[in-house]
Amino acid sequence: MAKHKTPLLDQLESGPWPSFVSDIKQEVEHRYANPKGIDYQIPAECPDDLLGILELSYVEGETHWKHGGIVGVFGYGGGVIGRYCDQPEKYPGVAHFHTVRLNQPSGMFYKTDFLRQLCDIWELRGSGLTNMHGATGDIVLLGTSTPQLEEIFWEVTHNMNNDLGGSGSNLRTPACCLGESRCEYACYDSQELCYNLTNEYQDELHRPAFPYKFKFKFDGCSLCCVASIARSDMSFIGTWRDEIRVDQKVVAAYVGGELAPNAGAYAGRDWGKFDIQKEVVDLCPSGCIRYEGGKLEINNKECVRCMHCICVMPRALKIGNDRGLSILVGAKAPILDGPQMGSLTIPFIKAEGDFSEIKEFVEATWDWWMEEGKNRERIGETLKRLGFSRLLEVTGTKADPRHVKEPRHNPYIFWKEEEVEGGWQREISDYRSRHQK
Amino acid sequence: MALVYEEAKAKIIEFCNSKAKSKSKFYFNDFTALFPEEKGRDVKKILTQMINEEVLVFWSSGSTSMYGLAGAGKHADGED
Repeated sequence: MAKHKTPLLDQLESGPWPSFVSDIKQEVEHRYANPKGIDYQIPAECPDDLLGILELSYVEGETHWKHGGIVGVFGYGGGVIGRYCDQPEKYPGVAHFHTVRLNQPSGMFYKTDFLRQLCDIWELRGSGLTNMHGATGDIVLLGTSTPQLEEIFWEVTHNMNNDLGGSGSNLRTPACCLGESRCEYACYDSQELCYNLTNEYQDELHRPAFPYKFKFKFDGCSLCCVASIARSDMSFIGTWRDEIRVDQKVVAAYVGGELAPNAGAYAGRDWGKFDIQKEVVDLCPSGCIRYEGGKLEINNKECVRCMHCICVMPRALKIGNDRGLSILVGAKAPILDGPQMGSLTIPFIKAEGDFSEIKEFVEATWDWWMEEGKNRERIGETLKRLGFSRLLEVTGTKADPRHVKEPRHNPYIFWKEEEVEGGWQREISDYRSRHQK
Repeated sequence: MALVYEEAKAKIIEFCNSKAKSKSKFYFNDFTALFPEEKGRDVKKILTQMINEEVLVFWSSGSTSMYGLAGAGKHADGED
């Protein structure tokens, strides 16, 4: 039987969507019933008091969570977020309610055995409440007490071979799409790159030395299922630099109605006969496709990799063979400054071998941001403050027309004196010989 | 010039103590400013060793991390 009356939270359950309130209530009942006879290491009333303190916050319009803390596991500066409530006598079950972040597997592939182990640990040593997954992608375990932290860490690392995730001014837990494991559009092995960089940069994940948080996300192609372009400080998006492969016979099969466009995704209603002109050619954002005389032609130099044509006719059009990825820098959500998308910095780089070229770029970028970034400034804000050309300089990247986001607005690439023949000095009489005053 | 651990450690402790009246937690950049000739990663190695010796502790709000002398400042019950 729940301890607290929660009329405001109860109202949230009345909507059409699944409710987190109902989920927590389910856990409240489960913990009080304790059918497996578990020797709970934090109070059984934890989820109950969580509802109680949330109801109080709704009534008063104020939070009762205090800000941060020094809790963590030995040697790690991330992965645990200290949370304490300011009404511990009234809500003892959530006096400590620390969050633990665990590094999710690449592509979020799980074995049921892994999930059972995880739930068993969290039922014994935590609130039983999880968030699969947090906004960054981690496995989020919600609510435990300080004495349980080292125990949880030991069991997760030793019994499950899994590490903590990132939090604070660290590299955050890198996240990727499922890539080549399931998807024919993947232009590189996004899971492998994610895993490799996660291991390479363990020190950055666990020992904070950045001005603020830093996120890597890996999308195998420009459909961007992970939304890396908007959600990560450094975004790795698969692309190709040769030509989209076209099978004209299969194009004809789509046009003739033998194959369903969009892999049959719009088959539920009568959308009419497939119209390649209207549904593919006219929708190409750079106007680089032509369909004439039963032949589909693509001007690949103008293609911007939106992949719409490939999605409509996946059996006829395929990604190119010379594959790699683009790197974009600086996306962020609106916390201190407004939101921004990543800026294309490396138009094409191969993702092969030990990824040494990619790592060189990453490290040069970090060195610059660590040196120049202000406290609590995301790299996208440093980029705006000091100029995109600085990033190009420090990473040894040659300026390229593809870096220009929009012409005649904020022209951030300036000539330097040493780059101009004769420098800034000029003979005025020579100039006047051609130009009157 | 390479950092000598004991000298750097003493300088960091002295810095933290000198600010103790107004601050108990410091950004990473506060420490790199103490060693302007050194690379940030070398300063990080010193801080990591001090964390491992439990001279320093991490503090985190969840989004931002800071460093402080162990035991300095106010902490929630059970944190010290």
